[in-house]
Amino acid sequence: MSRQYLLRQVAPYGESPVDVLLADGEIAAIGTGLERGDDVVEIDGRGLVLLPGLVDLHTHLREPGREDAETISSGTRAAAMGGFTAVHAMANTTPTQDTAGVVEQVWRLGREAGWVDVHPVGAVTVGLEGERLAELGAMAESQARVRVFSDDGKCVHDPVVMRRALEYVKAFDGVVAQHAQEPRLTEGAQMHEGVVSAELGLAGWPAVAEEAIIARDVLLAEHVGSRLHVCHLSTAGSVEIIRWAKSRGIDVTAEVTPHHLMLTDELARGYDPTFKVNPPLRTMRDVEAVREGLADGTIDIVATDHAPHTREDKDCEWAAAAFGMTGLETALSVVQETMVDTGRLTWRDVARVLSEAPARIGRVDGHGRAIAVGEPANLVLVDPAARRVVNPADQATKSVNSPFRGRELSGCVVSTFLRGRATVLDGASCDWSPLAEGVVRP
Amino acid sequence: MKHLLSTGDLSRTEAVRILDTAGQMAATQSREIKKLPTLRGRTVVNLFFEDSTRTRISFETAAKRLSADVINFSAKGSSVSKGESLKDTALTLQAMGADAVVIRHHASGAPHTLAASGWTSGAVVNAGDGTHQHPTQALLDAYTLRRHLTGPGDASGRDLAGLRVAIVGDVLHSRVARSNVQLLHTLGAEVTLVAPPTLLPVGVQSWPAEVSYHLDEVVGSKPDAIMMLRVQRERMSSAGGGFFPSPLEYTRGYGLDARRLAALPEHAIVLHPGPMNRGLEISADAADSPRAVIVEQVANGVAVRMAVLYLLLAGEQRHDSDETKVDQ
Ligand SMILES: [Zn+2]
Repeated sequence: MSRQYLLRQVAPYGESPVDVLLADGEIAAIGTGLERGDDVVEIDGRGLVLLPGLVDLHTHLREPGREDAETISSGTRAAAMGGFTAVHAMANTTPTQDTAGVVEQVWRLGREAGWVDVHPVGAVTVGLEGERLAELGAMAESQARVRVFSDDGKCVHDPVVMRRALEYVKAFDGVVAQHAQEPRLTEGAQMHEGVVSAELGLAGWPAVAEEAIIARDVLLAEHVGSRLHVCHLSTAGSVEIIRWAKSRGIDVTAEVTPHHLMLTDELARGYDPTFKVNPPLRTMRDVEAVREGLADGTIDIVATDHAPHTREDKDCEWAAAAFGMTGLETALSVVQETMVDTGRLTWRDVARVLSEAPARIGRVDGHGRAIAVGEPANLVLVDPAARRVVNPADQATKSVNSPFRGRELSGCVVSTFLRGRATVLDGASCDWSPLAEGVVRP
Repeated sequence: MKHLLSTGDLSRTEAVRILDTAGQMAATQSREIKKLPTLRGRTVVNLFFEDSTRTRISFETAAKRLSADVINFSAKGSSVSKGESLKDTALTLQAMGADAVVIRHHASGAPHTLAASGWTSGAVVNAGDGTHQHPTQALLDAYTLRRHLTGPGDASGRDLAGLRVAIVGDVLHSRVARSNVQLLHTLGAEVTLVAPPTLLPVGVQSWPAEVSYHLDEVVGSKPDAIMMLRVQRERMSSAGGGFFPSPLEYTRGYGLDARRLAALPEHAIVLHPGPMNRGLEISADAADSPRAVIVEQVANGVAVRMAVLYLLLAGEQRHDSDETKVDQ
């Protein structure tokens, strides 16, 4: 029998404080002055916000293939530390997650690690090459039950391949998550094309290369009656196109990353590759537009695009460095600081954009649920009053390429519960044994 | 001044000081014994990740005339696709006790990375990084402009206030253009960039320069100097980006030929950072005309680089003195 937790005087969605009892993997009771039974761990929740466990639709766990940057174990522990109870593991591994065998391997390693539920993303095309559809049906029917398909890192740029993928996944209620990047317009691109790139002499990644693909894809989705998800939207123009598409009734959802909510291309001026990411950091005007889009619901979710890289891949000149930044352990703080502290989102909205909507888009069972009796106890406790300085070396992720290094951010995750079991308590991860918990048979 | 990474980092005073020091260096170069003992015992490393015999020889000559020990390190051809080799190479040079690292690199910002990394304690001199900066080229251009266009007598202490300079060609890919726009602006000159729109960066409107697509109009506006940038023929092909339809059309629109040369004012000079594509951006008439100061630019390059190395390596010990005297 698993341990029970009584969360005293926590504020679900930041609203009125109540007591919440977690037992047998579920929310067993909600009320005031709940009796504390024997063997129940009581947590003083005064001042803490209770949210459904966060769900990341866009995580790079790097295993198999780049275990030097991250493993499924280290990446999912980082996820738990960041308040997540489910993550979608992107397909650009080595080998690529383009067969049932590989997605099942990732899914199984996720279960064995036990920090969060790992939902592998399937590649849209074989080897992410953009030419032939991968065996999407086999991945959907595998134990991993893949519902999200993406060539992320690369764009499904061929319009016919994209059309076929959008149509094909309808058979199993899947969704294509597009990394929108017109390849010809971004050959050799290093950073946002604009005033800063002109001065730094770094090849530009124009906003239009993202917007042109999004415009094409929403029209394709409308034409074939499919749903489409747009990854890491980064420009003001992209927000407008999504807004227009939704007003037409097109079944499109969109995500923004924490870094695009906070950081701009000005950070490239020191040529520190920590700030090199794809799509690139944009201008303040774009940051303002994605914040507005997230606030008004045009953008459905925040997803981390957690992209760990080894020191060797970042400790070099800009052009030679890898694209990407870590984000699992700072996402909630960045959303709080940019959206909640500024009054643009409530905590109930945060639950929507970081848990409920991503779970719905990814067709993830048991996550992103209401905080109600009988629901699975996938929860996160947040201290919104905390201030903390980000030190990548202290994080659970194996990599240190956090763009928030040295920044003071609002809020911190106090505890995370996965089906009633604490994965994080008092800001520290809880080691556990999958054998003892009966998840894995000897 | 700890490093020389970008002309954007130079104040007017610092820039004029470099030009003045270069003037003193140039004066010593007309003597029979050109070598000065100033940097005896100091080590200057030429770290070239990209071929450029001209620039390397210029720095090497400058360092040797100041009696520095010179190590040439060419990393071209070794595996430099991954940046680790910049780090490893820098650590190696640090172990050898480099007092200054003159770095040429195909990646924009590589000298910044080197200077900020702590991999070397030496002064870093940017000898051209990607499409970003080539500060000593801009300094030698400014030195050349000052010598010819700021009136008779000793030019010491002067800036380039009021001079009108046209920079023509592939601005998009040009570190020479970027360095010159910032330095000439700092020194008070008015810059006009002339190029087909495809060879101007998005964002150029924020630069302290006018922009024109029409060379004939700019020539007609009587500039004091015209600087022709090298245009690589590969830029024409679709693999090279397809920036213009043909070399002939480029030359017709943006090449400096005898007709345009004749339309320039009497006193105007023609600069080119070299190596030239004769017949593409500059005709033989223009390149070999008495207005062209292209060969002089090369000589001035040595004096300017001597000045830069001197101020970075020896200037520290004597920054209290008002005037910069060259040890003799
Ligand atoms: Zn992506």
